[in-house]
Amino acid sequence: MELVAEQRGEMIVVTAFGDRIDAAGAIHFKDRMRELTQAPSLRVVLDMSRVAFLDSSGLGAVVAVMKALGPDRKLELSGLTATVQKVFRLTRMDSIFTIHDQLPDGLRQVG
Amino acid sequence: MNAKARDLSSTIRLTIPGRQTAVRDGLRDLLDTLLLQSLPEDGRGTAEIVLAEALNNIVEHAYAHHDGEIEITLQLRQNELLCRISDTGLPMPDGKLPSGVLAPLGAFEDLPEGGFGWHLIRSLTKDLTYSRDNGRNLLSFRLDTQQSPA
Repeated sequence: MELVAEQRGEMIVVTAFGDRIDAAGAIHFKDRMRELTQAPSLRVVLDMSRVAFLDSSGLGAVVAVMKALGPDRKLELSGLTATVQKVFRLTRMDSIFTIHDQLPDGLRQVG
Repeated sequence: MNAKARDLSSTIRLTIPGRQTAVRDGLRDLLDTLLLQSLPEDGRGTAEIVLAEALNNIVEHAYAHHDGEIEITLQLRQNELLCRISDTGLPMPDGKLPSGVLAPLGAFEDLPEGGFGWHLIRSLTKDLTYSRDNGRNLLSFRLDTQQSPA
C-alpha cells in the first residue's frame, strides 16, 4: 500500500494508492500514516478513492489512525468506493468519520 | 499460492495455507473466477467482505498456534452463493460462533478498533452455521447474490 502525503495549507492530504487495506497490510498502513502525519496540521484527509476493498482489520487501522491523531485533529475520509462504504455503514463507523464524496474543492489531482 | 481456484462451472474449490498473505492471494483468485465474475458488483463486494472476514478469523484464531490449510467451497445456486469453509485449527471458544454484537460507539478515545468481523459476517449472511467434527471446523452460510441484505 503506497501512501503519499501532501501538505495543503492547514490540511494534510494523504492519497492511498493501493487497492486494499486489509489484515495483511493493516500494520504497515498504521505505521505509514503515523509517519506522514507527523507535521502539524488542523485536518488530515485520506483519499480512499483508489481503495476497492477494506476488511475489519483495515477498518480497525483507520480508527486507530484517527485516535492517534488525538481529539483536536480530525481524520476525514474521501471517495469511499462501494464495498468500503458498505463496511463503514454496517459497522456504523460512517457516523464517526467526516466522509466526503470527493476531495474538498481545489484539492483534486489532475489525472 | 499452491492452488488455483478450480472453476467447475457452478462450483469452486480452493485450498490455501492458513496465512494472511495466502488469504489475500486466495481472495483474488476467487474473485477472478468466472463464477464470482458473473455476480452483480454488489454481490461480489459482499462475497469478498464475508470471505475475507471468515478466512482472516481462521488465520488469526484457529491457526494462532500452528499451521494448516483452509478449504473453501463455493457453489452458485439460482440467486445464492453457498459457502463452506473448513480448517483443522483450534475450535471456536465454547464451540459457538461469536455473537458479533458491535461495541457501543462511546467516547472518542474508547472507539473500538476491532470486533467488527463477526458483525459483518452475521449482517451479510443467511443460515450461518458452525460445527466441529473430527478435529475440523466447518463454517457454512449463504449469500444473496442479487440483492445484499444491507
